[in-house]
Amino acid sequence: MTASPAIRRITLALLLAPLMLWLGLLVVIPHIDMLLLSFTEKTGVRQYQPGLANYRTFFVEPVYWTIFLRTALMSILATLLTLVIGFPVAYFIAKLARGRSKAFLFLLCLVPFWVSELVRTFGWMILLRETGLVSGALQALGLVSGPVELLYNDAAIMVGLVYTSMLFMVVPLITALDSLDDSFIEAGYDLGGSGWSILREIVIPHAMPGIVSGSIVVFMLSLGNYLTPVLLGGKDSLWFTGAIYTQFITRFNWEQGAAFGMLLLVLSSLIVWLGLKLSGQTLSRTVG
Amino acid sequence: MTAAPPDLECRAVTKAFADFVAVRGVDFSVPAGSFFSILGPSGCGKTTLLRMIAGFADPSSGEILIKGRSMREVPPNRRPVNMVFQHLALFPMMSVGENVAFGLRRRKVMPAEITRRVEDVLARVGLAGMSGRRIEQLSGGQKQRVAIARCMVLEPDVLLLDEPLGALDLKLREHMKVELKKLQSEFRTTFVYITHDQSEALVMSDTVAVMNHGVFEQVGSPRDLYFQPATAFVAGFVGDANRWQGRVEALSGNAVSIRTEDGLVLRAHAADGALAASDAVAVFVRPEAITLSREPAAMLGLDTGIAATITGILFNGANSRALVKVAGQREFEVAIPQTGAFAGLSVGDVVHLGWRADQARAYRAPRP
Repeated sequence: MTASPAIRRITLALLLAPLMLWLGLLVVIPHIDMLLLSFTEKTGVRQYQPGLANYRTFFVEPVYWTIFLRTALMSILATLLTLVIGFPVAYFIAKLARGRSKAFLFLLCLVPFWVSELVRTFGWMILLRETGLVSGALQALGLVSGPVELLYNDAAIMVGLVYTSMLFMVVPLITALDSLDDSFIEAGYDLGGSGWSILREIVIPHAMPGIVSGSIVVFMLSLGNYLTPVLLGGKDSLWFTGAIYTQFITRFNWEQGAAFGMLLLVLSSLIVWLGLKLSGQTLSRTVG
Repeated sequence: MTAAPPDLECRAVTKAFADFVAVRGVDFSVPAGSFFSILGPSGCGKTTLLRMIAGFADPSSGEILIKGRSMREVPPNRRPVNMVFQHLALFPMMSVGENVAFGLRRRKVMPAEITRRVEDVLARVGLAGMSGRRIEQLSGGQKQRVAIARCMVLEPDVLLLDEPLGALDLKLREHMKVELKKLQSEFRTTFVYITHDQSEALVMSDTVAVMNHGVFEQVGSPRDLYFQPATAFVAGFVGDANRWQGRVEALSGNAVSIRTEDGLVLRAHAADGALAASDAVAVFVRPEAITLSREPAAMLGLDTGIAATITGILFNGANSRALVKVAGQREFEVAIPQTGAFAGLSVGDVVHLGWRADQARAYRAPRP
């Protein structure tokens, strides 16, 4: 290119502008505002002073950190379940399916996302509620004597979370497994490996970047999910996003809500960092 | 000679796919400790055959035996064969030593024993002390040797090699040819090597099978293939050859006189059985089998002698060729001996060419 440095600089600025606007207006500025808000204590009507009271509440009141712990553990479990279910699916699509059936299967994973999350979650409610299809089928088969309520428990939340997250696990896994040349697997067999040892020593190490990035996305999505826990878990769902919602909307305590939001951000980042450390991965290797 | 079974034997092995037959009734046996190559153009079925020996594909019919034991129903991880893959398939997530140790770990060898055998085999392929290296730190030639070491450490009855030199540059490939041959004679393991590169097959092999359209056209020593090709395909595929189409004019026994389509009359040897007068034939003469001289007298005693004009010089060091043409006929190639006598050869010179009848091999022309 023969463009002058000035023109090149303007081109770069224009190209970066949408990203910068998006990051600045929707991510950076609100978070700064939230951060400032979270360090503000309400002392009376329209009376505020800086302080750490909102954060203290989180650690002092067992209910809040218990809810957070429960949310984190449930999200970790949901991530693991998604991985365990998604891996064979991704392996089949990436390595075993050929040509048109491969594209078709991939499309099949994508189709649920053409419907809004709300509608999909209502779908699960239709299946699982007391008068729902599953309950009806069980009664018709004579396996249960009366209607069974399958909604409003942790299992229902788990089902919903795994279902919602599946695509975000399967796509990075397919990408990672696609790049694994079949000859590596064949070489593994040729050298006397069994299916299990090849999976453990060749396929999983190769797919590790996909596993890590898929897991991070699924974990973050589950942790930050509001709709699924509330609709499928009912008012006892005790999800941390629910607690944030309550502070902002029900209690109108924005300061407390902001502190919870910040804690969610920091603690979830901490958990991801721990997860990377424990699995011996780095973020740059996963992204790069 | 004891009646030890050959290391590898294929009996009427056929592989049919839905729409074509990749391997058609292939029979051969490879004696212990020899270097056997399967040479053929891409798509001739050689890879399918190799994959059947390795166990990645099952023959539609026929049988594969290794050391006399049928391999039917034996999965690849239980066969006493190992394979060096085309792109080597060294596991990038493991070090050199871990790659070599992979098979031993699967066999539940004790760790101390594994370390000893890995170091031992790496030393034998000239990579002593490299077991800690990462695969991407190795050069192309070193990767080849790791791939071979990874197989040889398991002491297979047969080592299969699927064109492993294909990805190397020319110089390294020449070097690795010699090296592979040396490694084979050191390990005394039976090598089955597939390639489309005739020079790889000729240089390294004890026996070469030339494969085309799923069948073995000829199995023989590299010399046999070069000097006595059994079919027109082998004559054209192994080594270079000038090819003429023509008809038999006269014959006595195996000596035939042929007039080519553009009128050249030459004497040739009927290479694939009896021909009859006016049979359509293809005649092959190697550029290096043609005697080149400035003097007509040099053609005395040769069965075919012609005068031609040089139309081009293809200088390529030891493989230099002259393009020559008899007026009204097609150009063909003649090797220029690099003794210095023809250093001054140039376009437009008239030269005398000749060859013995047994150096021109006539084959019944394949029906169009």
